[in-house]
Order: sequence, then structure tokens, then C-alpha cells
Amino acid sequence: MSAQFLQFLLTGLTVGAIYALVALGFSIIFNASHVINFAQGEFVMIGGMATMSLTASGLPYLLAIPLAIAAAALVGLALEKFAVEPAQGASVVTLIIITIGASIFLRGLALVIWDKNLHPLKPFTGDTPIAIAGATILPQSLWVLGVALAIVLALSWFFGRTLLGKAMLATSHNRLAAQLIGINVRMVLFLSFGLSAALGAVAGILVAPITTTSFDVGVMLGLKGFAAAILGGLGSGVGAVVGGLVLGIVETMSAGYLSSAYKDAIAFVIILAVLFFMPSGLFGNRGGERV
Amino acid sequence: MSLLRVEALSKKFGGLNAVEDLSFDIQPGAVHSIIGPNGAGKTTLLNLLSGVYRPSAGRIGFGEHDLTGRAPHEFAAHGIARTFQNLQVFFNMSALENVMVGRHLHERCGIVSALLRSPRQSRAERACREEAAEIMRFVGLHNYLSAAADAMPYGALKRLEIARALATAPKLMLLDEPAAGLNPTEALELDDLIVRLSGRGVTVVLVEHNMRLVMGVSDHILVLDYGRKLAEGPAATVRNDPKVIEAYLGSAIAHDGSYGNAIASAVAVAVEMHR
Amino acid sequence: MLARLASPRTGGLLALAVVIVLLPLALSNSYFYDVAILVGLNAIVCIGLNLLIGYAGQISLGHAGFFGLGAYGSAILASRYGWPPLAAMLTTTLAVAALAFLVGRPILRLKGHYLAMATLGLGVIIFMVITTEDKVTGGPDGISVVPFRIGGFVLQGERIWYWVVGALLLVAVWLALNLIESPAGRALRALHSSEVGAEVVGINAANHKVMVFVISAVFASIAGSLAAHYSGFVTPGKVAFLHSIELVTMVVFGGMASTFGAVVGAAVLTTLPQLLAVLKDYEMMVFGAVMMGTMIFLPRGVVPSLARLIQTRRQKASNNGGEGGHEQGAGASHSCGDATGRDCHRPPTVAVLKPRQSDGGGGV
Repeated sequence: MSAQFLQFLLTGLTVGAIYALVALGFSIIFNASHVINFAQGEFVMIGGMATMSLTASGLPYLLAIPLAIAAAALVGLALEKFAVEPAQGASVVTLIIITIGASIFLRGLALVIWDKNLHPLKPFTGDTPIAIAGATILPQSLWVLGVALAIVLALSWFFGRTLLGKAMLATSHNRLAAQLIGINVRMVLFLSFGLSAALGAVAGILVAPITTTSFDVGVMLGLKGFAAAILGGLGSGVGAVVGGLVLGIVETMSAGYLSSAYKDAIAFVIILAVLFFMPSGLFGNRGGERV
Repeated sequence: MSLLRVEALSKKFGGLNAVEDLSFDIQPGAVHSIIGPNGAGKTTLLNLLSGVYRPSAGRIGFGEHDLTGRAPHEFAAHGIARTFQNLQVFFNMSALENVMVGRHLHERCGIVSALLRSPRQSRAERACREEAAEIMRFVGLHNYLSAAADAMPYGALKRLEIARALATAPKLMLLDEPAAGLNPTEALELDDLIVRLSGRGVTVVLVEHNMRLVMGVSDHILVLDYGRKLAEGPAATVRNDPKVIEAYLGSAIAHDGSYGNAIASAVAVAVEMHR
Repeated sequence: MLARLASPRTGGLLALAVVIVLLPLALSNSYFYDVAILVGLNAIVCIGLNLLIGYAGQISLGHAGFFGLGAYGSAILASRYGWPPLAAMLTTTLAVAALAFLVGRPILRLKGHYLAMATLGLGVIIFMVITTEDKVTGGPDGISVVPFRIGGFVLQGERIWYWVVGALLLVAVWLALNLIESPAGRALRALHSSEVGAEVVGINAANHKVMVFVISAVFASIAGSLAAHYSGFVTPGKVAFLHSIELVTMVVFGGMASTFGAVVGAAVLTTLPQLLAVLKDYEMMVFGAVMMGTMIFLPRGVVPSLARLIQTRRQKASNNGGEGGHEQGAGASHSCGDATGRDCHRPPTVAVLKPRQSDGGGGV
């Protein structure tokens, strides 16, 4: 394996891990509510920006990070309570516009609270690149991969073993049946927004030391996370992770070997290709005919 | 020559055979009914016969044309119209406009003349409106000529769907449980409407649970059970068929010949009460 | 004659014409003319977009792409290659129509969220191509555009453009109203309400959806070409995702399935940022809040909500219970099938005992 290939692979995996976390956030909310939360990217932004502010005012990472995640989770809960819940049962167009409106609102709020500039964040454990077989990888990238893996494992334990997690899964499979066996689907919906927001925030915090953060960093990350979720199959956790990694790798490889100018377009070409030829994605359920 | 020929028609949903190896003919000019217990595959069959579902196997022939696997609008273009068990009325328009939409196949409308509203276009609109009004009067909706669809009562809406289907000038009309939700008076009016439809030259195929209506109006009955043909023939034959009785009431009673006619009537009553 | 004037259609057109003619009295300087022209151009796009979203029940989050293609097409052909502006605009429009036709078929097979994302992807890809191919398009800096000329007559200056855009706006409204009241327009509304119901009366859903998609793309493209010549330059800003969202918001705010609503929406949401220029920093927040607020509290949009209010008042006043609503022509009040949650499959006046439609609000 050439060093260059390895380099692209490592970078791609790092970026892909971020996309995977964002995609998981999309899938969790979609499962609970069949809403595509266009504001998902803003949670990523809040995570990075809030951490940046808190550390700038003197707090250590150990405090700043949990606080930032909590802040994002609160925003997620508020979004569900004040924007999504009042519009219960509304049509697809309505919900899409509401979440888009929310994302614009949050971005505007961020602009007011912070500013337009790019802000760096200190890497967790230094920035000396580590050499691996001719390629280099930043320590922060190892953090990204490690934390993402830990989160994925934690989530699969949560959804597979805990009562709350299983309740959320049940709601996503069949809302009515879940209600009938006593699951509070409102609470499930509420919590899924909080959980997705927290996931997004973690992604934002992990990647900010590598790419810097700003008030509008959520737009692209959100859209790409969505592309990853669609690629993997909307609603599938495994799909979100695989989709994220695949997108990250494909994007980096194309930028490296083909043209770097259209790097960002890859995600959108993937969206179109998947939707045209394989709408249920890699792991989504193929919808059967229904009357 | 039969109007509609169904050969070995099947429809599978995953592991479920909703309709299995069904073959029958529909003759022009008669009123046919399709009956059977719930889950027998009647609505699936109607969906197949109107193109809403694609068959898993088998053929559908209409006149000299093979309609197997075609899209619903092609079925309509060949002269098959239908109503729905769960109303598919266009609630964002008036009642009259609903019926006017039914005239779609007979409106010549190019994009350019639509955009420019030529005088010919205006005249065609007026003619379309009048035809739609005539059809509404024919089905008994004279009181709703200027009503909005979302302000009409259920019984009128069922008729509106029939009017819309009739507006396509079909050769064959498929009615999916037209009497569902109607009170006895309305059901009688429906009976009368079906006879008048038949008189207008439309071949009517009815899926129904209302046995009084079915027995009263049908020339020919097809009985389905678990997606397969159980029996077919004129009303009198079918109501006495032990297989049919068994499907509705259970085997012990069906095979005791001494109960004969009493059972047949009981079936009719039981099914009606069940509904 | 008076009755015809009173019909919403002719009355509306007339009212709009009167507004356009009288407005200059209130416009005291070039800046206001500029805003009015911007409103007019946005309104033209929104009228087409409204046909797609409000009447046909589809959605597009990428229409700024068509606008941008119109603008850049005209700009490149007229400025770089010296084509006569009219020829450049017509060629560009045809090219955009062809693109919309080709892409429309596969895209419109999708529904709901998937359709939204596909159109979003299309719009963003167009944006990226325009921004990246800077040798042709001038990249992020854009290119300058020669003024519009027909024969020897040059269109330059706010006042002349105001009348041109005003006239074209009236034409656009007229065309849209004609389409809506034609069999094709009815077919679109039928499709929106119940696609299967429409199909079984012989309406080819796919064809109709593509048709309205192409028409809306053409409206956007023409507006884009005009905008390019009017401002004298084009930049990628107008092709961005945000502009697509602004356009959709205008349609939805003003009133889906209401041509005049689209005009109102464009008017309000184009002037709002100008008014908020004072609160420049809060502009995004307010915009986002407006979007959310409208969809939550006024899901039908401003014009139909007002129309409904007036209609109920009128009905209460004259105590006209009886036969239910009467036709109101284009922009008729709908109680379902638009941005409200209410699905067009279920009769709202009927008791709960009737069989429920199982595919709920999944389709638009």
C-alpha cells in the first residue's frame, strides 16, 4: 500500500468518522419522528463554538466539553419542544421548512453571540503528527476515531440493552404499537432530539481542532452528514456509520487522485446517485408496495 | 367476446399470496359482483384490474389489448374506471371540478393553449363544466352542483367518486364497496344507480359486503376466499353453493344438506349483520 | 361585465396592475425602485415555484440553481460571446428547460424528504460548478453583464426596468392563472390531493409533474436572465442554497396554491431584509424566526389564511350555511393539501368512524 494511499485512507477515515456521528444524529431523529432535521449541522457548530468560548474564558477542556455538549443538548430539546411539537402531524414541506428555519435562526443567533471569524481550538493532546508507515496522522485524528468508536459502541449498547434505548427503537419501528404498550412516544421524540444534538456537538468538538470552527461550519457538515445517512439508508444506525466512513474515504480519495476543486460536490453527487438508483441506501429497508 | 379476461392472475406481498391463480371473464353489459370474507383479496383484485398494482403473474386482457403490467392511467385510457373503498376524492376542489377532472382523457389540452387561454380553450372549459354537471345530475347529486368537496356528506362523496369515474366514459366500471357506510335508504338509491349505469351501457363490477344489494343487482357473482376463486355463477347458484356457505359460516353446517335454503338465507343475514 | 371584474381572477389582475401603475408615486428614489424591481423578479420566480409546490404538491430546494443558470447563461452568451441579449436569453431558457426536463423525470419519482434532498443536491451542484469553473463564469467574483438591448433600444436605469419587470410580472400572473384553471391545472391539483385518484382517471402523474417542473424552471431562468442584465453583473451569491430557501419561504409564507400569495410573499420577504438592514446583525435570526413562525402558526400562508378569515366572516354575516363553500377561482381556499397537516385524503367533515386513510401525511 503506497504511503499516499494510506494517507488518504487515514484522512478519509477521520473525516468519515465525523460524518458518521452527524449521520447517526439524523438517523436517530428520523427514526423517532420521520422528520429530517435540517438543523442537525447547527448542533455540530454549537459544540465547537461553545467549547471555544468556554476554554477562551479559562475553563479546562474537562469542564468545557461536557458543558458545551449539555448546551447543545438543551438547544436540541428546545427545538423539539418549540418548533417540532407545535407542528405535529404537519406535512413534509411544513416540517422541512421549520427545521430549515430553525437552522437559519440558530446560525443567526451564533452570529450574534460570536462573530464571523474562524476560531481555532487547541488539540486535546498536542499537534505533533505521528508517523505510520510513511503516512502521518494527527493525534487529534486518533481522538476522533477513538471517541467515535466508543460512541458507536455505547449507542449500540444503549439501544440493544437498556430499556430506554429499546423503547426508542420500538417507537421507530411502529409508533402506534409502542404507544399501546405504554411507551411515552412524546418523551422518546423529545429525548431523541437531545441525544442527536449531543452527538452532533461531540462531532463538532472533535473536529474543531483540526479544521477550526465558525458560525457557519454546520451547513456543510450537516449536509454531508445527511448525504452519509442517505447513503447508508435513512434510519439505519449501521448505515449511518458505514455511510459516513464511505463518504469520507471517497471524498478524500477523489480530492487526492482526481480533482480537489469538486471535493465538496462529491457528497451531493452521492445524494443524487443514491436517490435515483437506490433510494433506500445500503442498509435501509426496501419499502414494499402498499395501497 | 368477453370484455375483460383474467388469466392465472397472482399477486404476492412478500410471503403472502393476496391473489392466487385467479381466472375469470367479465361479459359486457352485465353487472358482476365480487364477494368474499374479509381478507379474501377483493380490493387487491380491483387494484390489479385498475393498474394500481402490478401482477406477480398472470395476464389481464381487455378487449383485444393486453393490459398486464401497464400503469393506471393506461388502464383508464382503455376504458376501465374505478372508485375506492377509502375515498380518494380531491378535497382541494369543488365537487364539480372533481367530476371535471374525470373528463381529463377527453379534454384536448396542449400546454400552449392552456397557458394562453385561447377562445377554443374557454369554450372547451364551458362544455366540460356542462358535461360534468349532467353527470352529477345523473348520479343524483343535483343538490351539490356548487358545493366544495370538503363540505359534502359521506354518502354524497361516495356518489361523487362514481360520478368522477363515470366522467371518464368507461366501458368497465369497478366499484369498491360503494355501499360501505351507507344507510338502507342510500343503499337502495345505490341499487337504482347501478341499474341505471348498466342501462347506460357501462359494464359494472362491484366488490361488496352488502348481500341484499349484491343479490338484488348482480347478474353474475364471483366468490373469493384467501385470494382464490371459490365459486362463480348466477346469484341463485352461488348462494346455495356449500363451499360458499362454508367460507362464511364454517364446515359443520355447510355439509349438512338438510339445512339447504335456510342456511343460504342465514348466510345472507349473518353477513349483513357482520357488516 | 361587472361580475367578471368581481371574479378573483380578473379582479386580482386588475388590482395588481393598479398597484404596479400607482406604486412609482410612492417610490421617491432609485433605491426604492431597485427594491421594487427585486420584488418583481423574485415574484416571477415564486409564481413558477408556487405552481410546483402549492399546486402540484412537490417541492424544490434548488430553484436558485435554475435562476443562476438563467443569469449566467445570459451573462456568458451576451457578454463573453457578444450574442444579442434576446437571443442569449431565449437560448439559455431553452437549455434550462431541457435540463429540467432531463433531470425532472428521475427526480420527480421521489417524494417528500427524498425529493427535497434531491433538488437540494441539484441546486448545490449547479452552484459548485458555477463557482469552480472560474474561467468561464468568473468564479466567486462573477462577471459583468452588458445591458439588455433590443435592436437599437437599450434598457438601462431603474425606471425603465421597473415598467419592464412590472409588465412581465403581470404576464407571469396571467399565464399562471390560465394554467391553473385549465384541465392541466386541475390535473395538477388533483395530483396533489390524491395521486392514485388522479392516475385512475387517466392523468399521467409523471408527465404532469415534469411539465410543471419545467415551467417553474423556465420562470426562474427568465427572471435570472433579466436580473443579470438589470444589475449589470452576476455573482454566485444568487445561486446559493440560501437563495433557494428564501424562494421557498416566500412561496410558503405568501400562500401555497395562491398565485397572488406568491407575489405577496415575494414582496414581504424581499423588503423585510431591506427594512432590517438597520438590524443587520439580527437579519438571519429574524428570517429564521419568520420561517418557523409562519409554518407553525399560519401553515396555509398569509393570503389563503386571510381569504379564509374573510370568507368565514362573510358567511357568518349573511348566515349562508346551506350548501357549503362556493368556487373562488384561482387561489381558492383549500382546507387541505397545502402546508397544513391536513391530508387531502380524509374528508374533514365526516365522523371519526369512517375508515382512515393509512398513508397519512407522508406525501405532500
